[in-house]
Amino acid sequence: MNSFAEAYTWINFRFLLEGLWVTIEVSVVSIILSSIVGLFLGIVRYIRYPVVSGVVGVIIDLIRNLPLLLLIFFTYFGLPKIGIRMEPLTAAIAAMTVFESAMIAEIVRSGILAVDTGQMEGARANGLTYWQGLWYIVLPQALRKMIPPLVSQFISLIKDTSLATIIVLPELMYRAQIIYGQNTRYMIPMFVALAVLYFVVCYALSLVASRLEKRVG
Amino acid sequence: MISVFQQHGQELLTGLGNTILCSVIALFFSLIIGSTFAIFEVLPSKLLRVIGRIYIEVFRNIPLLVIGMFFYVVVPQYVLPMDGFTAGTIGLTLYTSSFIAETVRAGIQAVDSGQMEGARANGLSFMQAMWHIVLPQAFKYVIPPLGNQFINLVKNSSVLAFVAGFDLMYQGDMIASATFDTFNTYIAVGVLYLIITLPLSYYMRYLEKKLA
Repeated sequence: MNSFAEAYTWINFRFLLEGLWVTIEVSVVSIILSSIVGLFLGIVRYIRYPVVSGVVGVIIDLIRNLPLLLLIFFTYFGLPKIGIRMEPLTAAIAAMTVFESAMIAEIVRSGILAVDTGQMEGARANGLTYWQGLWYIVLPQALRKMIPPLVSQFISLIKDTSLATIIVLPELMYRAQIIYGQNTRYMIPMFVALAVLYFVVCYALSLVASRLEKRVG
Repeated sequence: MISVFQQHGQELLTGLGNTILCSVIALFFSLIIGSTFAIFEVLPSKLLRVIGRIYIEVFRNIPLLVIGMFFYVVVPQYVLPMDGFTAGTIGLTLYTSSFIAETVRAGIQAVDSGQMEGARANGLSFMQAMWHIVLPQAFKYVIPPLGNQFINLVKNSSVLAFVAGFDLMYQGDMIASATFDTFNTYIAVGVLYLIITLPLSYYMRYLEKKLA
């Protein structure tokens, strides 16, 4: 127990919290970017526009089926070979956005597919154009079905930011490793801190989501 | 990319083998653990329900990397020595079991409650009814999401690279740092991952359509 008191100094605690802040920063930026790109790609895939939708579909399937860790490696260590260099923070956000956009596109597509086709037919019969029907009638209903899978995806995203420790992004996991690297007695206290901090953030998000789900559902 | 396969085919294949091996082991044990906790969650006992819930929420909300690293650095120091492959596979098993528990629980709850009532009315005990009547029917709902969990498992097994687990990602990283040909090596590694995950993913989509 003594090691806990030694490990949880104010300086170490602040060092970890700054890491948590980087984790949240990367998560929020990636969530916003990938939601926009994912929504767009999901719609493109759904509307079955000749050639374009097919190509987008193949690209989404390729990205979705690769490990995120590989994309992070590739972005940070592979892309400089063809002249694209990024800071760890930018590389992490870029890799996560590409991966999560593909995941979200699939969620959006199945969300739209789950809406009864009668809704679009009804909208068209009432004089709305295809795009109006999609935007005002189908998408809002699809969004309701998309909330649970989207939230699990966002929680995965927050947890997966820990992978960016490999490209020396100073987020939570990386900083905990630095602290217990100085003294092995700090290992258990640091893993407890990691578990608690990640749990609190992710579990809080899932609680907010189930509230939200009840309100719109 | 072709030259990476020609020069380092052996290492990559070893990595691919380890990736498949640890995914299959983790799938097997996480199915057992996950189904157990899923059954906990539908039992009449409140205590077991709470235990099931806590287990699932804890392992679902902590990064796999934290769990894997715990078994790689903390457990050998204080409890028992283990290599990276074992530590990574245990981490993967615990992490995946929480997702499988959620999947199986949803499957059990999708089975009409009349099935359980009918079985109980015919004199079966709760566990008999669960094992012989409810679980076989739940299986049908659970197959496509379990397939998707397995795909996630294969992708997630790449964290073995952090704990020297000699999986595909680790081998790729070794080749990349030895040859400096990062660009082509990571593409080759990606192709090998896709060889496992892509056919599975299309098959699951086909199954989902067929069962729906």
